[in-house]
Amino acid sequence: MSYEDDITAYHLDILREIGNIGAGNAATALSALLGNKVDMAVPHVKVVSFDEMMDIAGGPENIVVSVFLRIEGEMTGSMFFILSTTQAESFIRTLTNNKSFNFDDIGESELGLSALQEMGNILSGSYLSSLSDFTNLNLYPTVPAIAIDMAGAIISFGLVELSQAGDKVIVIDTELTDDGEKREGANGQFFLLPDPESFKILFRSLGVD
Amino acid sequence: MIKNIIKVGIADSGTVSPPDTIRTSGLGSCVGVILYDSRSQKAGLLHVMLPDSSLARSGEINPAKFADTGIPHLIEQLNLPPSRLKAKIAGGAQMFQFAGQKDTMRIGPRNVDAVKEALSQFKIKIVSEDTGGSSGRTIEFDPVTTSLHIRTVNVGEKVI
Repeated sequence: MSYEDDITAYHLDILREIGNIGAGNAATALSALLGNKVDMAVPHVKVVSFDEMMDIAGGPENIVVSVFLRIEGEMTGSMFFILSTTQAESFIRTLTNNKSFNFDDIGESELGLSALQEMGNILSGSYLSSLSDFTNLNLYPTVPAIAIDMAGAIISFGLVELSQAGDKVIVIDTELTDDGEKREGANGQFFLLPDPESFKILFRSLGVD
Repeated sequence: MIKNIIKVGIADSGTVSPPDTIRTSGLGSCVGVILYDSRSQKAGLLHVMLPDSSLARSGEINPAKFADTGIPHLIEQLNLPPSRLKAKIAGGAQMFQFAGQKDTMRIGPRNVDAVKEALSQFKIKIVSEDTGGSSGRTIEFDPVTTSLHIRTVNVGEKVI
């Protein structure tokens, strides 16, 4: 029996609320950073296969910019903040006040990536601190790492822990939309992937068995 | 004849015969293993996620997920004696650089080592490999030419 078999609809509701609170705080932080209104979609909590997990991020070959960090402490897991390259460029232009920034320019891209990494740090920090307040669990995020590559290559790395316990992923997926861009579809995605043993800890911290 | 591309997902395996080709997308720390027999032009692809099935914490395991169980699983699927098979491997990258890396963070190199160990148990020769680095790979194998086409986002394309 796999760990995800114990997860009920009620548990999924609780996870959705965690995504709501966490990403809500991250959206507020992003809004302050960019000086724009940022909207957040209602989080999706899904139990999916590894391949379906890649599809949520646009398919295994979709090129994405990703900030990744591990959550250590009383609960462990992986967190991704995923952006399309055009959206990442747009954020970097705003953050560095360099209107012509693009990833093809090698000399510039280091500063831009560093700015984006810091943004990822602030956003995931606000997500996790609200999660920590809500659950009373001590959480210590690692310093975020950044990569631009295929979604499959990036996300599979965050599945290493999970894949030892089963063939399914429980993902809390929240999309942020930057209002200043007026672009169709999602602009940024947060994935919170708690490690299998962390679900019990998470639910217990909220008084649920 | 219509050429199809057979797609293999993560922690999965599949086999191919001409004129089709076989592909797996977005290999990061995972390793793509091609086993092929030039004589019968049969080939198989395995997308390994973890080095060893002893890491599994649940009862029932998917053999294609692990190097040690995946290689025998693919040999069985091909239904050919191992002595006729050759291998090409790609993947095992280190996608993110962290300070003070734990074992799970080094999963790419560990996967590559485990695949090589499993292949050597069956005395299957690795003809060529493209492993390590820090780039994701999409690989496609043609059983007729026995060439493995590797595409990356950051370091271009190559054929091994």
